[in-house]
Amino acid sequence: MITDTISHLKKEYDVVVVGGGPAGMAAALGARQAGADRILIADREKEAGGILLQCIHPGFGLQHFKEELTGPEYAQRFLEQVLETDIDIVSDAYILDISADKQVKLMSGSQGVHVLSTKAAVLAMGARERTRGAIRTPGTRASGVLTAGLAQKFVNMIGYLPGYRAVILGSGDIGLIMARRLTLEGVEVAGVFEIMPHANGLNRNIVQCLHDFDIPLHLSTTVADIHGRDRVEKVTVAPVDENFTPNLEQSWDIPCDTLLLSIGLIPENELSRQLKLQIDPVTSGPVVNSMMETSMDGVFACGNVVHIHDLVDFVSQEAFLAGSNAGAYVTEQRPPGDNIRLIPGENVRYCVPHTISTDREHTVYMRVKRPMEQSVLRLGDVYEKKLRFVLPAEMVNLKVRPRFLENFHGDTLRVDVVPFED
Amino acid sequence: MVYDVAIIGGGVIGCTIARELMRYPIRAVLLEKESEVGFGTSKANSGIIHGGHHGSPNTLKGKLEWLGNQMWDTICDELGFGFKRIGELTVALAQEQLPTLEKLKQQGEEKGVPGLEMWDQERLLREEPRLNPDAIAGLYAPTTGVINPYEACFALIENACLNGLELVTDSLVQDIDQTDDIWTIKTNRGEFPTRFIINAAGLWADRIAQMAGVQPFTIRPRKGEEYILDKRLMGLVKRVIFPCPTPVSKGILVIPTYDGTIMVGPTAEMVDDKEDLTTSVAGGQTVFQMVRQVVPGISPRDCIAEFAGLRAVTETEDFIIGPTDKKGFINVAGIQSPGLTAAPAIAEMVGDILRDEGLPLQPKDDFVPSIPKPIHFVSLSTDEQIALTQENHHYGRIVCRCELITEGEILDSIHRGARTLDGIKFRSRAGMGRCQGGFCTGRCMELLSQELDQPLAQITKRGGDTWIVREREEVAK
Ligand SMILES: Cc1cc2nc3c(=O)[nH]c(=O)nc-3n(C[C@H](O)[C@H](O)[C@H](O)COP(=O)(O)OP(=O)(O)OC[C@H]3O[C@@H](n4cnc5c(N)ncnc54)[C@H](O)[C@@H]3O)c2cc1C
Ligand SMILES: Cc1cc2nc3c(=O)[nH]c(=O)nc-3n(C[C@H](O)[C@H](O)[C@H](O)COP(=O)(O)OP(=O)(O)OC[C@H]3O[C@@H](n4cnc5c(N)ncnc54)[C@H](O)[C@@H]3O)c2cc1C
Repeated sequence: MITDTISHLKKEYDVVVVGGGPAGMAAALGARQAGADRILIADREKEAGGILLQCIHPGFGLQHFKEELTGPEYAQRFLEQVLETDIDIVSDAYILDISADKQVKLMSGSQGVHVLSTKAAVLAMGARERTRGAIRTPGTRASGVLTAGLAQKFVNMIGYLPGYRAVILGSGDIGLIMARRLTLEGVEVAGVFEIMPHANGLNRNIVQCLHDFDIPLHLSTTVADIHGRDRVEKVTVAPVDENFTPNLEQSWDIPCDTLLLSIGLIPENELSRQLKLQIDPVTSGPVVNSMMETSMDGVFACGNVVHIHDLVDFVSQEAFLAGSNAGAYVTEQRPPGDNIRLIPGENVRYCVPHTISTDREHTVYMRVKRPMEQSVLRLGDVYEKKLRFVLPAEMVNLKVRPRFLENFHGDTLRVDVVPFED
Repeated sequence: MVYDVAIIGGGVIGCTIARELMRYPIRAVLLEKESEVGFGTSKANSGIIHGGHHGSPNTLKGKLEWLGNQMWDTICDELGFGFKRIGELTVALAQEQLPTLEKLKQQGEEKGVPGLEMWDQERLLREEPRLNPDAIAGLYAPTTGVINPYEACFALIENACLNGLELVTDSLVQDIDQTDDIWTIKTNRGEFPTRFIINAAGLWADRIAQMAGVQPFTIRPRKGEEYILDKRLMGLVKRVIFPCPTPVSKGILVIPTYDGTIMVGPTAEMVDDKEDLTTSVAGGQTVFQMVRQVVPGISPRDCIAEFAGLRAVTETEDFIIGPTDKKGFINVAGIQSPGLTAAPAIAEMVGDILRDEGLPLQPKDDFVPSIPKPIHFVSLSTDEQIALTQENHHYGRIVCRCELITEGEILDSIHRGARTLDGIKFRSRAGMGRCQGGFCTGRCMELLSQELDQPLAQITKRGGDTWIVREREEVAK
């Protein structure tokens, strides 16, 4: 656990990292390794670790540590690495603002408001959950409608349960994980309802959290109405047509006192907007180049604040890169800039980074729009790779090696995922 | 001990009347069935102080609209809640709508509403570039303002209590008797004997009148759904935007709220149930379809929250304010829109009625017109913030990150009377932002639990059975 070390705060930093989740910690380590000297991680919670601290289930670190850890364990590993360095880390410290000339305004419960200056900044603020307003579910204003993440916090960190009988709307990972958690805690889970024809969480979570506990998953179905004056008393669920309009004739009611929403995360870009960074309307995160640098010189971003990741291992990898480039920025060892823009094409929702260069190796992360079996991922006409299946819930990544681009002279490359034809 | 006046209902009407009456040395009580004041229609409206020109001067509501409008500046100065005169534009999209705008302008001028101007297309689109480019003209009214209606209720009642009002919340009026000149109001929290009753029970004023056995009337609810958009759209329009009104409706508006979010609504639909606060798919569709005709850039995708309010409609569609056939029972009923606007004028009128009915009202010397102004951390300068956080560390901790509300502000709301999560939310804005409490709910509950010395499982959203969490052991049973 991190105690508040704010008394050691310096007036000037090389790199200030906003957010002490897995992204922030990996970025700070990356910056340190690239030679940056004075590094600060600030997190607004009581402890560093980000959303991982409420994820007490296993399933973290399989890629990075080659073993299965819980969220807090994964965070702890990174925290220990950070503590071995001279990186300053403060909790209970909210970054309120970063000005154009990189004056950072930080406030803390114990020490009040501080203004520091920095040479580079890494944004690693994570994400927030979408709420009922975003999908405008009709019905009463009863209490008992809450996001799955908030329920997770109540159960795992505060020690209370959200109700006696729950319906879960949305098959995102948090909802799936909570279906299992609540069942284990003695809360009845009536079912998970997903408006899309496919699930939105990882396959392994469908199996381990629903199938293993006999919790039904209803695809192409949504909650069409919420009843109850004070507390939720029941919800109406209904199948949807291809335009996602509920068919009320085939609806049915489910008595419950709790409705958990697991309908997606949105990058937490309050600060990015204050900084007037260019935002990608698809990811809702900043546009970044292959160094994870945003449209503002010396401001980098990584983790869920850029795009929503399904595995923390990828967050750490991407964040380490962002941090080492922030380090390279302050030590003036930046690699040359990008010369190719990636264009999401057929069945590709987005690509991160948004640009790449021909002279280095890159990992490009992307998401597909719809599931597809036996497909081919195409990078313009320079490279292609067969994929057995793709799912919107599972991020696809592509290593782009310099040799793919040896004979390429354009400035844009389309990325498509198309059916495989012999 | 007999009260001089008992007010039934702590909406904006009851609260303004209460504050007005506390200028005089009387013994008064306000009875409210909800956990806090303002939790009825008064927190679920468009928050507009209407310009003064909308209502016909032949109606009570038309007269009181303009009178009330002019009184809000002083009240806001004294009590320090959010209020800004941002002006409004009523937009004509077709030639045949122009006479309606002309008529509105004329009506306003006859009532003495200053500053009404007809803007041509060029002026209109220069001032409000996000309007539909096909708009042909607009009526501009500078007197229109936006307010935080719930903050106003809380500030009014806080001030009234400071000046001696007794506030009894969670008290449902169940019956009313009269013996000689004394009324007895029966509630779940005991009996309240009083010489005068002010019936300001909103949607339920007809029930209260019935309990008292005065000349009956009926109130029917007319629902209005409203949709709140992400703060990102702040500045989309600068003024309240009205479509051209039709004989049946003021139409669906685009409202830049006091806090900078954009709100669109309301619908107008008669319903049967006085507790029906549901929002509907059809309502949302109507709202977005209609506002997009006037401001095409608005999209349902930007919605962060929605709610509905119920207007208390009488047969005559006008306010019912006045004494009844039973001495001492005064109705302030059917206060539909623009009731918020008219509230201060209604309160003065009620004072006059009480005087006419025989309650001597002489101003007292020790009336305190103001309350301590709440601190709003983010609007302070950096130097002020530094000084404040050194003095009180609670202001150094952000609890609601969407709206940047500090722990100090949340504690202050509790110390001023918040008893529920909604009480905190409507006083401090914690939980009103784009994540709708996703992050701060837990912390706000802990602070309530600590300050009120109540277990977490007893903390509610807005009183009654609106609990948030349950003890583990309780569920396991
Ligand atoms: C229920 C659930 C189950 C999951 N299961 C798995 C799994 O099994 N395996 C797996 O690999 N991954 C899993 N994940 C995904 C993984 O946890 C996330 O991808 C990862 O935590 C994102 O890291 P981050 O650092 O970008 O964001 P976060 O962890 O959200 O960290 C952001 C931090 O920034 C802080 N912050 C934000 N704004 C400010 C500011 N202005 N000033 C100071 N601090 C600020 C926040 O308080 C927070 O601590 C799961 C996630 C959830 C929610
Ligand atoms: C969608 C909508 C938009 C509107 N927009 C505007 C606007 O922009 N501008 C404007 O000027 N006006 C507007 N209005 C109208 C305005 O909101 C109302 O005129 C005003 O709030 C009425 O206040 P009230 O005090 O009479 O009612 P309420 O706020 O409903 O107060 C009545 C109170 O009485 C209590 N009560 C009822 N029965 C009992 C009982 N038996 N015992 C104890 N207590 C009881 C209730 O709990 C309630 O708190 C709008 C209304 C709606 C619905």
